[in-house]
Amino acid sequence: MELVSLGIKSIFIDNMIFAYFLGMCSFLAVSKKVSTAIGLGAAVVFVLTITVPVNWLLQEYILKEGALTWLGADFAGVSLEFLQFIMFIAIIAGIVQLVEMIIEKFSPSLYGSLGIFLPLIAVNCAILGSSLFMVQRDYALSEAAVYGFGSGIGWMLAIVALAAIREKLKYSNVPDGLKGLGITMLITGLMGIAFKSFIGIAL
Amino acid sequence: MSTETLEQKKDAVEVKPAEALFSKRRKRLVSDPLSEDNPITVQVLGICSALAVTVKIQPTLIMAIAVTFVIAASNLIISLIRNLVPNRIRIIVQLAVIATLVTLVSEVLKAYSYDMYKVLGAFVGLIITNCIVMGRLEAFAMANKPYDSVLDGLGSGFGYAWVILAVAFFRELFGSGSILDFKIFEAIGWSNFPTNGLMVDSIGAFMVLGILIWVQRSKTGYVEH
Repeated sequence: MELVSLGIKSIFIDNMIFAYFLGMCSFLAVSKKVSTAIGLGAAVVFVLTITVPVNWLLQEYILKEGALTWLGADFAGVSLEFLQFIMFIAIIAGIVQLVEMIIEKFSPSLYGSLGIFLPLIAVNCAILGSSLFMVQRDYALSEAAVYGFGSGIGWMLAIVALAAIREKLKYSNVPDGLKGLGITMLITGLMGIAFKSFIGIAL
Repeated sequence: MSTETLEQKKDAVEVKPAEALFSKRRKRLVSDPLSEDNPITVQVLGICSALAVTVKIQPTLIMAIAVTFVIAASNLIISLIRNLVPNRIRIIVQLAVIATLVTLVSEVLKAYSYDMYKVLGAFVGLIITNCIVMGRLEAFAMANKPYDSVLDGLGSGFGYAWVILAVAFFRELFGSGSILDFKIFEAIGWSNFPTNGLMVDSIGAFMVLGILIWVQRSKTGYVEH
């Protein structure tokens, strides 16, 4: 039950976009069409669901202070935490590469439409951010897995919703300077206000 | 024989007039990202951290310095090794260089300014995924000389810095009623200034940045299609 609550929380309340602004670059760049947004969203969910637990294992058994005790008592005082950023990003880059190959093999059309944005998932702040938050908040392995999946879904929800709004927006008369990024930021702000209504919901 | 050709080569290099240390082109490298080609308002890069740390001015300042340092230094390093890096693995090499520099920044912060380190938290690590850094490496440092790359990095860093500082200024002013933790409204005798909770929240950041982009683009006349 706690896990369900954590999942709901990471989707709606601690939404990656609206609460932490993570993954904004691709959120703004790839949200012009709903179909592309769904594709990228699915890829992000997939990558997040894998990377967060994998990075949890890495943190727990290799990086954390005293984590290397399984090698022998001599290693109890060793802390490799300064390697955290490099290790996390290496894992993420590797898994993104894997996802890219899988999508290329099984869905060339999706691969074509995602194009340049697939490798960009590696530098999507939402991915690295979730791993860092997972460490900061001391999650257990099961919590980490749920958290990774939940924040992925939350991110996907946000980008698909924004893409739907932007498709309609094409037919509106927006002032010149506000076109594109400006109006998108304001819309995101308004969507954020809507998401605020989820605060206080607990299961 | 070999020394002769070497000297000839040297001559050939020297014949070409050396570019001034601050030639017009190089000045543009620094000044362009400040307005016309601003990384945040025009190129739409590095938005994540631009919004997340801007609740108060002080952490924003630290963040701006850290990012400027990382962009300039990684530009320099990548530019120095640009001819040695095979094209296929360049992304990994770039990420490794950036991650190393960010680790450096985070360790320095942890050692000398632990409070700030706590405030910024995960967002120092997230400089790694700041698209401005990767973007400049890909677009500039991979194809240009070290000195130019450093200038370009500094330019982008400053362009990023003024935008996030502007956002932080408005968010702190209206959200907390203060500037650099100095209660400005109380100082001028308006002690019950109604602070706006939305400004402290993420929503305020979206709104302020959206309006800032509007103002900035109206000024430069840039229109997105």
